[in-house]
Amino acid sequence: MPETPVPDEREPRRFDHDLDDEETVEEARLVRPYALTRGRTRPGRSDLPLEALVRVVAGATDPVGTAERRRILDLTREQILSVAELSAHLSLPLGVVRVLVGDLADEGLVVVHTGSPAAAPPAANLKVLESVLDGISAL
Amino acid sequence: MAFPHSDVTVAPQPPDQAAGDPAGTPAAPITVKIVVAGGFAVGKTTFIGSISDIEPLSTEAAMTEHSLGVDDAGGVTDRKTSTTVAMDFGRIALPGDLWLYLFGTPGQDRFHFMWDDLVTGAIGAVVLVDTERLEQCFDAVDYFEARQIPFVLAVNCFDGVARHSLDDVRSALAVRDEVPVFYTDARHRQATKQALITLVTLAMSRMQ
Repeated sequence: MPETPVPDEREPRRFDHDLDDEETVEEARLVRPYALTRGRTRPGRSDLPLEALVRVVAGATDPVGTAERRRILDLTREQILSVAELSAHLSLPLGVVRVLVGDLADEGLVVVHTGSPAAAPPAANLKVLESVLDGISAL
Repeated sequence: MAFPHSDVTVAPQPPDQAAGDPAGTPAAPITVKIVVAGGFAVGKTTFIGSISDIEPLSTEAAMTEHSLGVDDAGGVTDRKTSTTVAMDFGRIALPGDLWLYLFGTPGQDRFHFMWDDLVTGAIGAVVLVDTERLEQCFDAVDYFEARQIPFVLAVNCFDGVARHSLDDVRSALAVRDEVPVFYTDARHRQATKQALITLVTLAMSRMQ
């Protein structure tokens, strides 16, 4: 492990402190991405896979209604989309989208399809792989 | 306005995605993914685009969430960097309501934190090799070997010309015999398709 040349502050600074720190604002985008998540970098539910599919719950209305949340609800109303696709369409970092989607899921506004438990992803299922192989071969 | 952060899950996730949710939402496709790795400009996005149903999309992760307090930018640790890592990906719909995602890795090893994200639950990886810059894929080979993730080495023939024999590539990279090494052309759908078939076949053989 390389030694740090800076003797202090090995601990990463917390984002909620940074949000109040004027010095950090100079590199801001139009809206600092993690301002949308109130400084949180972790979703409420643990690590949503990039390929987790998100769909709006029929008739969901958003009491918070930020533009980004509305966009997620609108996009997933048109079609089911992965966390990665939402990140691309919203031009927001994956970490931000994970937090936003986690919130929306916790509030019952979207359903997240993560598939089988992480311990047994579809890729660990021989039958799924056979279907993938057949499918690709037929392309 | 405060976000209510309820512990009560209003819309429970179905244990099996094929079953749909209790509210009657239609079942979701089963998603699987394959990682496409290799050095900078080796043709990862071209490879993905040659077979993807959708125009390859780009997503990013902000380095700030992991680089704070880490000194890799010249000794300044008390400062946020706004570096972002772009990652391209595509999607292929397969019969049986299967969606296959192809995720390109960010090229440099200091972005390994993103690779961990990518490979979790992946079928395996296609490592694209540029024989002119062989050293650029050492990193990927080490990474997948160490984690026992099935991978294949696809030697991308720019201009359709193979400049090095596959045996040379194999010995230069010192991969085990079971690792398939073959030529590909990232621009061509048929070649890409064959690369994916080779990988999935390898992943299946590991399970039998």
